[in-house]
Amino acid sequence: MEHKLHGIMAEFDTPTQLVDAARRARDEGYVKTDAFSPFPLHEIDEALGIKRSILPYLIFAGGITGLVSGLGLTYFVHVIDWPIIVGGRPAFSLPAFIPPMFELTILFAAFVAVFGMLFLNGLPAPYHPVFNVPRFALATREKFFLIIESADPKYDYAETRRFMESLDAQEVFDVED
Amino acid sequence: MQDDKELQQKLHPAMVEGDHSFATVTDKISDLTLKKKTPFHWFFGFAIAFMVMQVLLITIVWLVTKGVGVFGTNQPVGWAFPIINFVWWIGIGHAGTLISAILLLLNQKWRTSINRFAEAMTLFAVACAGLYPVFHTGRPWLAYWLFPYPNTMSIWPQFRSPLIWDVFAVSTYATVSLLFWYIGLIPDLATLRDRAKNKYFKFVYAIFSWGWRGSARHWHRYELTYLILAGLSTPLVLSVHSTVSFDFSVSQIPGWHATFFPPYFVAGAIYAGFAMVLILAIPLRHLYNMSDFITKTHLILMGKVMLATGLIVGYSYIAEIFFGWYGGSQYEWFMIKNRIWEGPYWMFYWCLIFCNVLSIQFLWFKRFRESEFWLFIFSIIVSIGMWLERFVIIVTSLQRDFLPSSWAMYSPTIFDWSMFVGTLGMFFTLLFLFVRFVPVISIFEVRTLLPEANVHGHQQDFEENVNEVEYTYDRTDPPNE
Repeated sequence: MEHKLHGIMAEFDTPTQLVDAARRARDEGYVKTDAFSPFPLHEIDEALGIKRSILPYLIFAGGITGLVSGLGLTYFVHVIDWPIIVGGRPAFSLPAFIPPMFELTILFAAFVAVFGMLFLNGLPAPYHPVFNVPRFALATREKFFLIIESADPKYDYAETRRFMESLDAQEVFDVED
Repeated sequence: MQDDKELQQKLHPAMVEGDHSFATVTDKISDLTLKKKTPFHWFFGFAIAFMVMQVLLITIVWLVTKGVGVFGTNQPVGWAFPIINFVWWIGIGHAGTLISAILLLLNQKWRTSINRFAEAMTLFAVACAGLYPVFHTGRPWLAYWLFPYPNTMSIWPQFRSPLIWDVFAVSTYATVSLLFWYIGLIPDLATLRDRAKNKYFKFVYAIFSWGWRGSARHWHRYELTYLILAGLSTPLVLSVHSTVSFDFSVSQIPGWHATFFPPYFVAGAIYAGFAMVLILAIPLRHLYNMSDFITKTHLILMGKVMLATGLIVGYSYIAEIFFGWYGGSQYEWFMIKNRIWEGPYWMFYWCLIFCNVLSIQFLWFKRFRESEFWLFIFSIIVSIGMWLERFVIIVTSLQRDFLPSSWAMYSPTIFDWSMFVGTLGMFFTLLFLFVRFVPVISIFEVRTLLPEANVHGHQQDFEENVNEVEYTYDRTDPPNE
């Protein structure tokens, strides 16, 4: 059986080199690419062609769900299930229900924000092929990495490796799957 | 050239001092948890805090055994130390959220090196605060009755009550603060995972970092989440102390029934919180040699925030007196007189004015703002003052209300005090554990503050063509024409 690689990875010293390399990989026509950096780099989104995430819409939906749940809860409790008149206020006393509704809006939106982000990122992922490169441990410290995956339609081992070596990289690695 | 440099430093003070690179920043902060031998002062401080925490446990055991009668709280002062301390702790927490969320939205770079421990402070302060209402219910094992759940008694909480709003506000606040703090930690825990030599530590950090690998796609969503969480936390933090103030202002008691309570309480909360952040930051930067990241600039800025919020609080005290007089209610005016000069607790009021209004006027002067010693002293004075503020608002309003026949004096018992001191022990115990096991400063965010974090490219060419001067586009400093 043929031994399959996950991809080819290049290591860089500076964020500028990484962004330039990512831009060149994109110009070259590679699409199954990813970059790794020890902190968020705004320029890389454009360089790799990362589309804006749908996450904000999900969070908005989460917030609306929280708001409706808050209204539903207070309405059900005080109007349908157990109406008690307090201080002559109507059973459906909306202003008094606003604080719980507001808090549930925030709570639901925050949950969607955090767990939605982790879910869309495919985390938790205790194993990933990129961890097979020993130098990759520096991605959370000071180094910058670019990978072209073997799943890329334009991927060809010799060709891609040559391309990676033509970049301004410190070192180029084969990433075992 | 020298003048230019000085001017530049004045306009955009460096948030990271010393000669640092990504690697040294990472190593310096992560070594605190990974490499360095636990210093003696850590064991010393932790031991004291842990012993003081035992006072809390003893108090709770006694309280649960005997009932809430062990507290001095009794009619007419049916709300005393437990709620004073609850409000004090919750207020302290607010500075953490302000630093992590509001200053992020306002693009204040200086928040970056203090947000991690300020958020931890928030969490621990909220944990301390939460103990009071739970144990003051008298039957803490039934505290879950506060939450709406279908039950065989077919009873629901009363959603028109500020006390239930408080349950929702504080529990949401605690949850969202925890999420925000934890999300901020994930990339740093991944750093610890990759740097840990000890197998077990590596395993634990690997579990808690969820397999974070710093992918650009992940960072993209991560930043969106972080920003949106900041946007959600901002109204949340304002709502929490507003809701806390509703506990008072929705009632009819003179001295509580005032519409300006929400902003008054929120300002006081931020004031007390910044005082606590300074109390923690000043020893931290010395004991752990972190003065490269928590610079003088940070302390000065925090001193300024303290001064500003302190002035709002001072204004509120004046407004309170004015409303008492202008409102034309004899009960309100009586309460003001009782609070300030006629009643038995007048001295507390003047101590409070000294601590919260007079003492901080020194912060107008550069000499005091730039002195760590004085900032530390003022922070302690302000913390005491904010505690006195809650004491004055709560006790002097309740002890003489409408009916003279129900007037009475309030004094705390030893258990009131031991519970308060005990929560201080718990707070510091948690903080010591935090400092030992978690990076106290957000490593990945400090990396972004370094000049080498900037991507040089198209912007630079553009600027060069336009200005014909050597200029590098710098993300940390906005370009100044």
